[in-house]
Amino acid sequence: MANRPMLEIVSLEKRFGPNTILKKIDLKVAEGELVFVIGPSGSGKSTMLRCCNRLEEPTSGDIIVDGRNIMAGTRRDLDRMRLQIGMVFQGFHLYPHMSVLKNVTLAQRKALKRSKAEADARAIDMLEQVGMAHKADAYPGELSGGQQQRVAIARSLALDPKVMLFDEPTSALDPELVGSVLKVMKDLKSKGMTMVVVSHEMGFARETADRVVFMDGGVVVEQGTPDEIFGAPKAERTRTFLSRVSG
Amino acid sequence: MDRFLETFFNPVVMAQYTPDIIAGIWVTLTIAAAVIVAGIAAGLALACLRSYGIRALNFLIICYADIFRALPPLVVILILYFGFPSIGIQLSGPMVLFIVLAATLAAFAEEIFWAGFSSVEKGQWEAGIATGLGFTRTLAYVALPQAVRLALPPLVNRVLAITKMTALGSAIGVSEILSSATTAQSFSGSATPLTMSVVAYLVIFLPMVVIARWLESRTAWKKR
Repeated sequence: MANRPMLEIVSLEKRFGPNTILKKIDLKVAEGELVFVIGPSGSGKSTMLRCCNRLEEPTSGDIIVDGRNIMAGTRRDLDRMRLQIGMVFQGFHLYPHMSVLKNVTLAQRKALKRSKAEADARAIDMLEQVGMAHKADAYPGELSGGQQQRVAIARSLALDPKVMLFDEPTSALDPELVGSVLKVMKDLKSKGMTMVVVSHEMGFARETADRVVFMDGGVVVEQGTPDEIFGAPKAERTRTFLSRVSG
Repeated sequence: MDRFLETFFNPVVMAQYTPDIIAGIWVTLTIAAAVIVAGIAAGLALACLRSYGIRALNFLIICYADIFRALPPLVVILILYFGFPSIGIQLSGPMVLFIVLAATLAAFAEEIFWAGFSSVEKGQWEAGIATGLGFTRTLAYVALPQAVRLALPPLVNRVLAITKMTALGSAIGVSEILSSATTAQSFSGSATPLTMSVVAYLVIFLPMVVIARWLESRTAWKKR
């Protein structure tokens, strides 16, 4: 694995009024690395992820993607950089008025300015990768949650992102549908995608993550390999949290 | 019974004034069409502008929408038609009717489209913005189609209500349906022209009501 950082979070701070949600977070994610972020609700893990493409505006700090700071530059620069940062939401957020194919081609056409033929071909490729090509003409309302989430992943992948952010991608799914989404994520990891995953799927983390980051109260409490974090957590807070979730 | 028929369905009067009523239908249709196009376009534009969240601008848009939703259009029509000439602004009757009704429809349409935008899930905006579409393209391709879909049934109802107000033109001598009918009524001394105006309004507006009903029944997202 290359050591070049693909995503760097530098003393990221986020305040909402009097509340500090993120306190000077630093995190480096290497190219091809899968970093898994865990922590109790309210720990700031989702906020941190959402700051990485400025869906949430950081109060201070820098976010550097492949050597370029997304906190610097114009609005237009930001939109261009967002193309390189894929994001998958807990609620999928597919466009209900468009077919699956259109969902995957929209940003390719309108933001990347690809031709229709090019965008369609790329969309079908990506839909095949997530096992959804047979539903290209369906509408999101006709799909199960797991299928919708896989289409949402394809929609992000079609833009050739350098890093993929997953914000609790399986939390809204029925248990029997979780596996299909995790499998897609695992494939993605094996293809060398740089990924940051906020999730409660500890089994998946153990199996697939290169590094596990435990957050609580807006700080990174501890990080290490899955074996280190799950096997021998050093911090008391990590131990408490893990005993509660595995409990 | 004969008296009733004589009053409301006098064939001689009907034959005599049919051309006038038809001319009135044409005027009503022309003004209504112009009002619908201009009112909806302006309302949609205002709602889109409002979604950018520029505080001073939104204040003006909200003031406009509230004032024009509160005012009876007839009052504004009379002010423009009878008051404005005194300050040197002379507008024809049809122009006054068009301006006031379009402005009123725009105010209502703005609120209806805005309600549509407000009920588009926040996640839809986030998905568009996260895929690099930026605000304007997310507005155009993601939020707008969904907002319009939600806005359609209340919008059609409002369009109906406003276009019917073309009858207010009779207060300022615009020869639309009602005006033609009342003129004919006073010349003929028969209520038959008014009956004819009822028929004329039904011919124009019943199809619109049916369309409104049909639109309301198919607002769900495509599911096969």
